[in-house]
Amino acid sequence: MTRKQTVSFKLNGKTVDVVVEPRELLIHTLREKLLHTGPHIGCETSHCGACTVDLDGMSVKSCTVLTVQCQDADVLTIEGFEQGGTLHALQEGFTTQHGLQCGYCTPGMITRAYRLLKEIPNPSEEEIRYWMAGNLCRCTGYQNIVKAVQYAATKLAATSA
Amino acid sequence: MIPREFDYHAPQSVPDALSLLQQFGDEAKLLAGGHSLLPMMKMRFAQPGHLIDLARIPELKGIRESGGTIHIGAMTTENELIWSKVLQEKCPLLVEGARLISDPQVRYKGTIGGDISHGDPANDHPALMLALGASFVLKAASGERVVPADGFFVGTYDTLMKPDEIMTEIRIPVPAPGTGYCYAKLKRKIGDFATAAAAVTLRMKGEVVQEVAIALTNAGATPLKARAAEDALRGKAMTDASIAQAAGLAMGICDPAADQRGDAEYKRAMTGEMAQRALRMARSRASR
Repeated sequence: MTRKQTVSFKLNGKTVDVVVEPRELLIHTLREKLLHTGPHIGCETSHCGACTVDLDGMSVKSCTVLTVQCQDADVLTIEGFEQGGTLHALQEGFTTQHGLQCGYCTPGMITRAYRLLKEIPNPSEEEIRYWMAGNLCRCTGYQNIVKAVQYAATKLAATSA
Repeated sequence: MIPREFDYHAPQSVPDALSLLQQFGDEAKLLAGGHSLLPMMKMRFAQPGHLIDLARIPELKGIRESGGTIHIGAMTTENELIWSKVLQEKCPLLVEGARLISDPQVRYKGTIGGDISHGDPANDHPALMLALGASFVLKAASGERVVPADGFFVGTYDTLMKPDEIMTEIRIPVPAPGTGYCYAKLKRKIGDFATAAAAVTLRMKGEVVQEVAIALTNAGATPLKARAAEDALRGKAMTDASIAQAAGLAMGICDPAADQRGDAEYKRAMTGEMAQRALRMARSRASR
C-alpha cells in the first residue's frame, strides 16, 4: 500500500540515492543499503547513542530518524572521519587515551564529540560529561572518554591556530 | 523495531499541512521532532496510515520577542531554546527546563510544540508553560485560536487541540525583570522522565510574595497548577515554614501513577521536595 520513495542525501560528502519505504529508519539504510556499518544498533530505543550520526549539523540517533526525513541532508558517519590515511584528532584521542575497551559505543561517541567540539571548542570536564550524556559506555567508566575528547580539543585548537 | 507501513508527507507550508490533515483525517498524525511519536510507532502503540512531517515549514521555527511577548515557533527544538539569547536573557526558566530534558541528541530533534501537544504529563514543557502563563496558537483550515496553557491539558495524551488543528506558536509574556524562577527535577538517569518535578516563577517585594506560580510535572494525569499552594504564599512573607506549608498543599493535589520510578507515596513526597527546592531557589534568584 505504501509507496517507496527515492531519497537523496550526502553521505560523508558523496551524494547517495536510496529507494526506501517511508517506515525505514536511517540506521537500517546506512547499515544495510549503504553498507556503512560504523553506526551501531545498540538499544533501538533512542537511549544508548551507539547509532549517533551527524545530520545537518546535529547529533542524532539514527534509530529514531526516518530515512525519508533526510532528503537533501548532509550526513556524517564515523566512516567520514579519517582523511587520506590520517585519523581525525578524535580518533587519535580515543586511541592514545584508551577511550574504549570493547569499542561498540565508540563510533557514536566520536561522532557526538565531533559536534560538541564544533559548538564548544574548549569544553570543561563538566561540559563534556553534560553534552556527551546521550552516549552510553558499559566498559570504560567514561574517565578516558573525557580525556580523549580533551585531547582532541587541545589538538584541534593547536592545528587551527 | 520497525513501524507499521505508512505514507509520508512533507508539506512546505501550514496551509498545505492543514489540507493534508483534512484529507486524511483520523488516519493522519503530525510528525514534529519524532522522539515521542516514532518510538510509539516502533512499539506499534501508534499506527498512523499517514505521517505529516512539519519539519520543512520555515514559519514554524524561530524565537522572537515583540510587544512584551516571546513568540516561539512550535517546531523550535530544545537545543535551540537552550542556546537562544532572547530566552537566556528574558526567560531563563525555559532554558533551565530545556537543559533537563532527555539528552543532547534528543534535544536536537525534540520540539517545544511536540512536547506540549503530545499531552504527556511526564513531559516538562507543560508545567513550564503553566508556570510562565503561556498560551498556544492553534491553526485549523477554518481559522486560528489562541488557548491559554491553563486549561489546555485535559487528560493523559489529551488536550484541547482538535484533530484538524496544528499548533503553530507558543506565546509567553516576558516575565517582569527580577522574577525568580526554578525548574527542580528529580530523574533517575539521563534520558528518563521526571520522577517528580516542579516549575516556579516568583515576584517578591522585600520578603513578601507579590506573585507566584507553581506547576508540577508527572504528578497526575495532567500537569498540575498548585493553586492552593500559590494562594497560601501570595501576599505573605516567604519563610521556610511557609515554603513547607505550600509544599504540603502541592502534595495534596498530586495523584501520581505508580511505576518503575516509585510508588505513589514516594512520588508525592518527591513532588513536595521538588516544590520546596524550586521555591527556595526562586526566592534566592528573585530581586527584592
